[in-house]
Amino acid sequence: MNWLIDFFGTAANWSGSDGIPVRILEHLEFSAAAFLIAALIAVPLGLLIGHTGRGGFIVVVTANAARALPTLGLLVLVVLLIGVGTVLPVLIPLVVLAVPPILVNTYEGVRGVDADLRDAAYGMGLRGRQVLFRVLTPSALPLILLGLRLSAIQVVSTASVAAFVGLGGLGRFIIDGLATKTYSDVIGGAVLIALLALAVQLGFTVLDRVVVSPGVRQVR
Amino acid sequence: MITFEGVTKRYPDGTVAVDDLSLQAPTGAITVFVGPSGCGKTTSLRMINRMIDATSGRILLDDQDVRAIDPPTLRRGIGYVIQQAGLFPHRKIVDNVATVPYLLGWDKKKARARAMELLELVGLDSKLAGRYPFQLSGGQQQRVGVARALAADPPVLLMDEPFSAVDPIVRASLQEELLHLQSELHKTIVFVTHDIDEAIKLGDAVAVLRVGGRLAQMADPATLLSEPADDFVREFLGKDRGIRRLSFVPATGIRLGSVPADLELDEDTRPLGWRSDGGLLPYGTFNPERDSLRAALDAALLSPNGTAIAVDGDGRAIGVATRDVLDEALARHGTRPEKRVPDPDREVPASDPRRAES
Repeated sequence: MNWLIDFFGTAANWSGSDGIPVRILEHLEFSAAAFLIAALIAVPLGLLIGHTGRGGFIVVVTANAARALPTLGLLVLVVLLIGVGTVLPVLIPLVVLAVPPILVNTYEGVRGVDADLRDAAYGMGLRGRQVLFRVLTPSALPLILLGLRLSAIQVVSTASVAAFVGLGGLGRFIIDGLATKTYSDVIGGAVLIALLALAVQLGFTVLDRVVVSPGVRQVR
Repeated sequence: MITFEGVTKRYPDGTVAVDDLSLQAPTGAITVFVGPSGCGKTTSLRMINRMIDATSGRILLDDQDVRAIDPPTLRRGIGYVIQQAGLFPHRKIVDNVATVPYLLGWDKKKARARAMELLELVGLDSKLAGRYPFQLSGGQQQRVGVARALAADPPVLLMDEPFSAVDPIVRASLQEELLHLQSELHKTIVFVTHDIDEAIKLGDAVAVLRVGGRLAQMADPATLLSEPADDFVREFLGKDRGIRRLSFVPATGIRLGSVPADLELDEDTRPLGWRSDGGLLPYGTFNPERDSLRAALDAALLSPNGTAIAVDGDGRAIGVATRDVLDEALARHGTRPEKRVPDPDREVPASDPRRAES
């Protein structure tokens, strides 16, 4: 407890280029960038594969391969390949981490829509694209959002690796704290990361309430 | 009119689902495809709106080959009802019903007004309009499915085992409702079922298909019951064909006797029972204007003295039919079945004896 008071109670920790607000912002920037890139890749791909039924193996391979890759190892590899100095070494591993949950859940969500429903949609005279966007996507939305949420939480929790390659973010408190044996910083940083993850979770719960139709939400 | 001309559906693995099917589904009538599973009845239906394309042969809608029409455009002009209703779970009932009008570009207000009209037409409370499908019972969902199919007022309605998934009581009421709707709307309906009783109850024409997708017989229900083409059809029709056929003979021709003195009536001359030493005995009634000979016979069997009471639309006794009179009527219709093949260009009369039978 004292460590937390040390960390959060020290006025100097709240200002300057290495203060808590700046670090939180940096952390959110990495996370948001990686998450958005991952979502832009994985959601359309998942919708497409789920809708056409072609390329399901891509989902399986991607999911398994990406899960097997250690984020930290990939980070070191990318740094060795392209060097430090840009945000790329951090973004690439985070995107790789973020894609599988979104891809798998989007794909499963669309593919799992009741065959009768799909049949009815075509039978009413909807065209392929209308079936996808007006029927399949809204029905799959709870699962798509679940994928996005899992992915966002993982990214926020893992973005601390940026500190390993000299970039900012909340990881700095942990890395630097360990190096200087300032355990209050280590614990304070860890608590902040956990709080961010909780905030993301809360954000998605609210989003779910707003965008998912009550007709679909109740079914699950 | 929907015309099948030598239609065959063969799948790449060699399975033949429909084999050289030629038949006509007349305009304004209900044509039922019935047969055991694997007889290609659903495949045949789905070839009409091109959910499946035929391998060879043609299907004409009036005089136009369905293959010449782009499938979504074709389907928007054909109502389609499936077994599990297939309502869109994320949309309110009113918007589900308005699906096709929205697709056709109607403005939202007009489409919703039309949807409300249809909900009323299929007997659903307007309060349900704002609900979601999961909040409705199976029977209610199926009614919404029918309303949705009718929303853009298509001349043709395809119904693929629409009532198979609901319990028997709800099914019977949905069947009644369909006949009632049809007596007002006169759609050209193709209805698929595996239930021969449903086929006979609903069909103006019944096409019995056998496994392998070949047509065994196509006829109106009365002819089907009295003259099955072969053993397969006879077996598929099941027992009691003779009795069931009487459902198609109107009771109008029965010679009525005057109301006898031992029938107790209330002040409005509605029957109360047959007088006897032990009190009033049970009785049976039929309405000669509306009911079938089968209903008259049933009424006779319900009375201990074997006399059926004829009543008018208000339930007032107008005469009686004794066993002898009924025997006469039976003899007249027993050997010579009434042909009632639907004329393709004629609308089916609303006063069909079946409509009143439950």
